[in-house]
Amino acid sequence: MKTPITFTLNGEEAAVFVDPGGNLLDVLRRGCGDLSPKYGCGQGGCGACTVMIDGEAHIACLTLAETVAGRRVDTAGGLADGPDLHPLQIAFMEGFAAQCGYCTPGMLMAAKALLDRNPNPTRAEVDEAISGNLCRCTGYEPIIDAILEAAKHRGAA
Amino acid sequence: MLEVVSFPTAAEAAAAMTPDSRFLGGGTLIMNRVNYFDARVKRIVHSPDPALRQIARDGDRIAIGAGVTMTGLIGHREVDFLTPAARAVGGPAIRNMATVGGNLMAPHPYGDLTVALLALGADLRMADGREMSLEAFLAERRGLVQAVLVRRPDSDALRFRKVARVKPKGVSVMSMAAHLTRAAGRLSGARVAYGAMGPTPLRVPAVEAALEGASLDANGIAPALAVATEGLELPDDPIASAWYRREVAPVHLRRLLLGEEAR
Ligand SMILES: Cc1cc2nc3c(=O)[nH]c(=O)nc-3n(C[C@H](O)[C@H](O)[C@H](O)COP(=O)(O)OP(=O)(O)OC[C@H]3O[C@@H](n4cnc5c(N)ncnc54)[C@H](O)[C@@H]3O)c2cc1C
Ligand code: FES
Ligand code: FES
Repeated sequence: MKTPITFTLNGEEAAVFVDPGGNLLDVLRRGCGDLSPKYGCGQGGCGACTVMIDGEAHIACLTLAETVAGRRVDTAGGLADGPDLHPLQIAFMEGFAAQCGYCTPGMLMAAKALLDRNPNPTRAEVDEAISGNLCRCTGYEPIIDAILEAAKHRGAA
Repeated sequence: MLEVVSFPTAAEAAAAMTPDSRFLGGGTLIMNRVNYFDARVKRIVHSPDPALRQIARDGDRIAIGAGVTMTGLIGHREVDFLTPAARAVGGPAIRNMATVGGNLMAPHPYGDLTVALLALGADLRMADGREMSLEAFLAERRGLVQAVLVRRPDSDALRFRKVARVKPKGVSVMSMAAHLTRAAGRLSGARVAYGAMGPTPLRVPAVEAALEGASLDANGIAPALAVATEGLELPDDPIASAWYRREVAPVHLRRLLLGEEAR
């Protein structure tokens, strides 16, 4: 039997039917058509599906979908404000922090969760914040640099 | 077919548990199984009951709700002594989800927080009102846990150390915790626990006995290091061989006990 749930997705109300045991990643991608969170492993190991739930980074593939009823879910798909990219997206683009881009939406959300809480992180704090996110392309350094750059930019704004 | 049921209160959820049911904490272990169609997960029971997510004084103890997450423990004034162990679990997103209750049930090599709770001599309050020691629970791992009950250790008395190959996130080669209680300047009644050194987190009676009456210095702890893995059947797995665990355990135990190289 499917369970109807509603929640807020990137500021807008979403209403979906979820399968018993269905996970949030599936619901976002198939139910809501938000393809920004990626499926890498379904085991919590890669972080490609990282989203924010009520302002905290969560692993969407390990989140029982019905537990987000009434909560606020934010994904990388909601970062840009119309044509204006989020400072993190600009920093990732300009710092070549994305190559194949598969890890990028998860990295962005892990980084956003950090900067929302700690606008001036140290390099070690950035390292820690993205420690649950794997990237097979960049070697991480450009990603860490981009997050620190975005923090500077946001601080100046 | 998998069935998922939700109840407003933990008590109702407890009453609805059947032998086939699993209570959902953060889902970091259960959902992994569900995603890979593990037929052993037949029924998931969950509850948004805020009582499960509270940390509160309970007489001379502190009651930590089984649904409190690692993030909820980190930096909480009442349980600041658990921060190093809670921080050792997974990456930040996992810590926002992973609960205390789930950690008590986590299979090898997981259970880093449980190692610290074991060293502290924690008790559990079960949802049916019974109390039992964490040690007794780990022997069977049955029933729904409502809260973990701990006493605040003296400052610096609780030591925790996780050994992992990948930093900052990585599974345990081993984790270790010691509650170093003293009488007249000597160790007395100290408790030592290991994780990833057996099927569940476990106490190490040989080490505890060797520490009784010892002074907390290199000479005093030498007999304890000599029996660091005595009586244990060490796991042989892709993370580390039993041989490796046996060889390095005394080194890490020394660092833990003497507070060397804080992690
Ligand atoms: C990528 C990744 C990294 C990880 N790293 C670590 C690590 O470094 N250290 C570590 O210790 N663990 C680690 N884990 C394992 C796991 O996240 C933690 O052990 C966590 O604490 C489990 O809690 P949970 O709430 O998510 O459990 P769930 O998946 O919700 O439940 C796990 C088990 O516990 C039972 N359970 C849950 N709550 C209760 C309760 N109140 N009473 C009785 N039974 C209950 C469930 O029925 C189930 O059998 C990792 C997991 C992943 C996916
Ligand atoms: S797909 Fe969720 S962590 Fe890999
Ligand atoms: S850019 Fe390819 S995985 Fe990170």
